[in-house]
Amino acid sequence: MSAILARGLTKKFGAFTAVNQLDLDIAPGEVVGFIGPNGAGKSTTIRLLCGLLRPSAGTAIVAGFDIARQAEAVRAHIGYMSQKFSLYADLTVRENLRFFAGLYRVPEAEFENRSAFAIDMAGLAGREDALVRTLAGGWKQRLALGCAILHRPPVLFLDEPTSGVEPQARRRFWDLIHAQAADGVTILVSTHYMDEAEYCNRIALIDAGRLVAMGSPGTLRGRHLGGALFELEGAPLGAALAALRQMAGVIDATAFGDGLHVLLRDPQDAPALPEKLRAQNITASAPRPIMPSLEDVFVQLVSHHAATP
Amino acid sequence: MKLRRLFAIAYKETLQVWRDPRSLAVALLMPAMQMVLLGYGVSLDIRHVPLCVYDQEQSQISRALVADFTDGGWFDIVSYLPDERALRAAMDRGTCAGALTIPVDFTRVLTSTGTANVQTVFDGTDANTTNIATGYAQAIVAQASADFQSRWGQAHALPAPTRGVVDLEPRVWFNEGLDSRNFIVPGVVAVILALVGSQLTSLTVAREWERGTMEQLISTPVTALELMFGKLAPYFLIGMLDAAFCLAATVFWFDVPFRGNLLALTVTTGLFALVVLGIGYLLSVRIHNQVGASQVALLVTLLPTTMLSGYTFPIDQMPLAVQAISLIVFARYYVTILRAVFLKGSPLAWLAAPVFALIVTACIIIWLAARSFRKRLD
Repeated sequence: MSAILARGLTKKFGAFTAVNQLDLDIAPGEVVGFIGPNGAGKSTTIRLLCGLLRPSAGTAIVAGFDIARQAEAVRAHIGYMSQKFSLYADLTVRENLRFFAGLYRVPEAEFENRSAFAIDMAGLAGREDALVRTLAGGWKQRLALGCAILHRPPVLFLDEPTSGVEPQARRRFWDLIHAQAADGVTILVSTHYMDEAEYCNRIALIDAGRLVAMGSPGTLRGRHLGGALFELEGAPLGAALAALRQMAGVIDATAFGDGLHVLLRDPQDAPALPEKLRAQNITASAPRPIMPSLEDVFVQLVSHHAATP
Repeated sequence: MKLRRLFAIAYKETLQVWRDPRSLAVALLMPAMQMVLLGYGVSLDIRHVPLCVYDQEQSQISRALVADFTDGGWFDIVSYLPDERALRAAMDRGTCAGALTIPVDFTRVLTSTGTANVQTVFDGTDANTTNIATGYAQAIVAQASADFQSRWGQAHALPAPTRGVVDLEPRVWFNEGLDSRNFIVPGVVAVILALVGSQLTSLTVAREWERGTMEQLISTPVTALELMFGKLAPYFLIGMLDAAFCLAATVFWFDVPFRGNLLALTVTTGLFALVVLGIGYLLSVRIHNQVGASQVALLVTLLPTTMLSGYTFPIDQMPLAVQAISLIVFARYYVTILRAVFLKGSPLAWLAAPVFALIVTACIIIWLAARSFRKRLD
């Protein structure tokens, strides 16, 4: 049985469709990365799955409960970290933990154990009585995760948990996510850091409310490009880009930093490229085959302009 | 409804109030400040009216009459005027509210004809004071006149005029001295409780929306009722403590007699606290920001409580339409109850109608507040 199952999930705000006919199928224990530009519908989807928004159409089952009809049961079986930091800044670390343990009715006998675990996990040993507002970003995020898993939920929704957190803290946060997954917790985590996508078992690419692609980072890189990716330098860049896009056998060409990424239907065509460009007065280096990054896949799959950071 | 969750919320809310200077100020300082301001500031009694005297005669009898004006504490003589024009100047400068003029031939006319006139002039720009001061002056002169008559009669061995005289013996019950403080100060408690109660809870839900903690909160299994009662509980305690403080000040500081029973007072105060806390909470749920909610709370509680509850302005003197509106001003019931309990010592059973009105109001407000809270973002 899926931990998260969505069929035709749609959310409209007036005339604007934030989430459009989304299908998801996530197995227990999976870590699924939700990737897409700002405004793509990541947060809205997560809020729908948490029962915080009512779907305009479609259904979803989370941890075995229907999000529209059994929202309370859903809430009891999920942990949620909203995009904005949402613990109580005027309470201490321990008071926050005690509060959420109370709301989730964590048995008194287990509270000490679980809060000790959360404090340890967040690296906050010795700072239990510090007001949360005095903590730095990474600690706050880890404490928020600690509060969200106090009741041992089988499903976790993390909405951009690492935004605004420094790189080492981000790395450490992902270790915690994987530790949870190892215990069988299903995790849907949204991020706009492409490098973080690599930490996920599977990735769901979302753009303009639609699920564009879903698969493991490896599959997405290989399958979705539908060709072989090469990198070369060309000058002038604009002319090279235009010329490449006109050529037979070229699926797509994009500017990537100072160079160009060219997607060829047949890798055999690569060596001939500089010659063909020179015929149009464009100097070009020899194409080098490269491993496509997820960013390449993303650029390929969604509109150029939405993917430009 | 799970008590565990209710307690978790109540405890958290208590910690937050304790650490929030703004809430603490509203909870602790505001009642004390209001009690002093309203307790001392609002008085309808007119005493020590500043009076100028233009005594043209300066005789024994005229001076005795002037002394009668000051004896009861009704008037204070601020100056003796040398002439008529000085009166106008004194009125213009506001040094006196009126003047007593005694003619130069006062004693002579009085003893020869048996009737003499004195004149009072009052500043009509303050109609209320003038009205009452004129009444005092009439009563004082009537008394002086009667005294003079009986002394004159004794001195000349005339029989006292005993026929055809109807004497009114006015008695006032419950507030024998007609001390306006006795009926205003208990009402002050209602005003303070309405203000403090609704202000405190108007912040509580809006604060969570503003700080972003609400989204986390509604993602948990907490129910609307648990949240409401959990949040109201600490404020109810604060409200009752504030009420106890104000009521104690009413009795021990302002010396308002307390003749009723404490149980009736506690029960009705609790009901009123529930109503005002519920109103603040309802507004906080509806208006997702602290400033907006507290402004509206101020408007819907303070204004009707001061103007339409009968706390200073008697309801039966209002136009009928306004009287009808005052029926939905819940504070009027509490003010009625407070006065009855304080001054008349009425037991709870005699106050069935206003108590019932408070219960109904409390139920409606709490029901609306519980229904208004949605665990959704849309």
